Amino acid sequence: MSQQILLGDEAVALGAVHAGLSAAYSYPGTPASEILESLVRLSAESGAFKAVWSVNEKVAYEEALGVSFAGKRSLVSFKHVGLNVAADPFMNSAITGANGGFLVVSADDPGMHSSQNEQDSRYYVQFAHIPGFEPSNHQEAYDMAREAYDLSERLGLPVLMRLVTRLSHSRSAVETRQARAQNELKKGAGKDWILLPANARRRFSQLLDQQAEMVRYSEQSPFNRLELNDRDRSLGVIASGIAYNYFREAVAGNVGAPPSFLKVSTYPLPEGLIRRLAAQVDRILVLEDGYPFIERQVRGLFGLPGKTVSGRTDGTLPASGELNPDIVRRSLGLAPLPSLPPSGLPLANRPPQLCVGCPHADTFKALNKALEGRALSNVFSDIGCYTLGALPPYSAIHSCVCMGASVSMARGASDVGLRPAVSVIGDSTFAHSGITPLLGAARADADMTVIILDNATTAMTGGQPTYGSGQELLRLLEGLGVPRAHIRTIEPLPKNHEANVQVIKDEIAHPGLSVIVAVRECIQEQRKKKRS
Amino acid sequence: MKQDIILAGVGGQGILSIAFVIDNAALADGLTFKQAEVHGMAQRGGAVQSHLRLSDGTIWSDLIPKGEADLILSVEPLEALRYMDHLRPDGVIVTSSTPYKNIPDYPDVAEVLEAVRRAPKSVIIDAEALAKEAGTAKAQNIVLLGAAAPVLMLKEQSLLATIDSLFRGRGLPILEANLKAFALGKKAALGS
Ligand code: SF4
Repeated sequence: MSQQILLGDEAVALGAVHAGLSAAYSYPGTPASEILESLVRLSAESGAFKAVWSVNEKVAYEEALGVSFAGKRSLVSFKHVGLNVAADPFMNSAITGANGGFLVVSADDPGMHSSQNEQDSRYYVQFAHIPGFEPSNHQEAYDMAREAYDLSERLGLPVLMRLVTRLSHSRSAVETRQARAQNELKKGAGKDWILLPANARRRFSQLLDQQAEMVRYSEQSPFNRLELNDRDRSLGVIASGIAYNYFREAVAGNVGAPPSFLKVSTYPLPEGLIRRLAAQVDRILVLEDGYPFIERQVRGLFGLPGKTVSGRTDGTLPASGELNPDIVRRSLGLAPLPSLPPSGLPLANRPPQLCVGCPHADTFKALNKALEGRALSNVFSDIGCYTLGALPPYSAIHSCVCMGASVSMARGASDVGLRPAVSVIGDSTFAHSGITPLLGAARADADMTVIILDNATTAMTGGQPTYGSGQELLRLLEGLGVPRAHIRTIEPLPKNHEANVQVIKDEIAHPGLSVIVAVRECIQEQRKKKRS
Repeated sequence: MKQDIILAGVGGQGILSIAFVIDNAALADGLTFKQAEVHGMAQRGGAVQSHLRLSDGTIWSDLIPKGEADLILSVEPLEALRYMDHLRPDGVIVTSSTPYKNIPDYPDVAEVLEAVRRAPKSVIIDAEALAKEAGTAKAQNIVLLGAAAPVLMLKEQSLLATIDSLFRGRGLPILEANLKAFALGKKAALGS
């Protein structure tokens, strides 16, 4: 037993290692990146397990599933939208089941601190009919990892742990346990893993048969906690994950016992505990950081006769956005604490910016110049530091949807006559999801221009390795069928501005597919290398 | 006993190093703590803040409720003002006077400092000058940590021990500059 200071992300990672992890896979994405980053560090120290940055989340998921097939304990982690990319193997792995313990960690981003949406991974848990965990603090994140492996091996199913930004990126001390040994190799049973319809039907009905056992597990789990206040029946609170902390914070200063409450940290819901709470109180307030997932199930289509159910859907809490202690305090009818007034000075915002000297800045300047004077220019962009090209002074891009969409959307727009159709995508994002749409565009010689920003790293998430950079990237482009004469490279530097503008102009004028690779290393990575 | 601190500044100013020192000192002193920090997009020259809570009992929320912050510790004066409404009516602001101007509409610096002084208790430190005096302009964050040390519920020796472990690996001159930065910050705060 020892105490360690850990991020929420690191607590899950260390919990998994101490539970006998054999291999972990991930693609970087805020707020989940630190899970695999810490596993890479720990694996380098001990050499006892593998920790791999994968090409994308679908690949990561399947790699981790292969580990489970082989009977070993595996982990895959990503941000919430990464689970969309991995949704195909995810849904099907609920049917194959897990052989070695399989922990899926999906980190949600309520409030969209650095994401395109605030989708709630608990819906995926329900969609796939598998068990889910939602820790409310660091110690639980650590402890639940081992519990999740045990449950996964007992039920023979993958288990998903849902984190939120606020826990992923918060630090606290964690009490750690003795590490246990890894599993021996033990191959999965073929009939379960070959999802021919006959096998899949049998497996799916087995999965449905397991649901009652999962609910019983939730009802008995020490991570869920029901406390009834017999003196006050006016209000009962259901609080899940991190929202539970805001609730306890708000009532900590109260005289007397808090209202009746149920803390929920496992899924499917502990139905019996919810019924006991509901029988005790007139009104139920549901606090959850994310969508009103529990709230909607508790209310159902017809509501609870004689009771009021409050939360995000009746305006007691905002319908969207991250919860915080102030919002939760208000929802409980408590007056705000006395505080200083705001400074009164108009405080200029300080939005994130491209680093001074970033290669993307030079590419955007050249691109803007090359497109000058065209009424209908459309620059489809992607996910990375370069998405900041949307902001002044560049205002250079017109879309950012999901990984790889810049290439496919440019193709679609070009197919119906939008010219010029330009795509701007980073090297890591290209490897993640840009290769397949470019293969299609090359076969059709679609009239579009793809600019790949090759800075030799996954910069936005802190500099993880990339799979499509340098000479390898150029060879890959040729192999995909991009015409050799229209694979151009530029070096985005102020001194090359005029020449770069000309290259971009020429390739946009070419009535077919062109790919321009803008090659210059991320300056943050350059600095890191110099330091070490 | 508890102490809630908002650390503020701009990405790259070393907020997380201040947090690292306080977290480790808290662990050494046997306190509980939670420290919510900002990663990702906000690092690129954007505003960065971290909520750091210390207590000898249970800490529930990772975020500090409005009106609970005892101290705003800021490496940049404009950033100190952003979280004024989190401060208790008798809370303290410790801030650097050196503006970080990476935005076109940065307000008048004198007005910013004036607004800081309107808080019931404020300590304004020329962290840039003191860090240079200590030997490296990079140590502005540690100057401010030194300036806040007299009001922190942490043992000074625990803070110094963590500064030691943080910088020793980067060579003796850097370690000494940071220890000096801490001492100069503390002296300036006590004399103000
Ligand atoms: S981290 Fe690298 S790619 Fe991102 S803005 Fe800075 S220099 Fe550019």
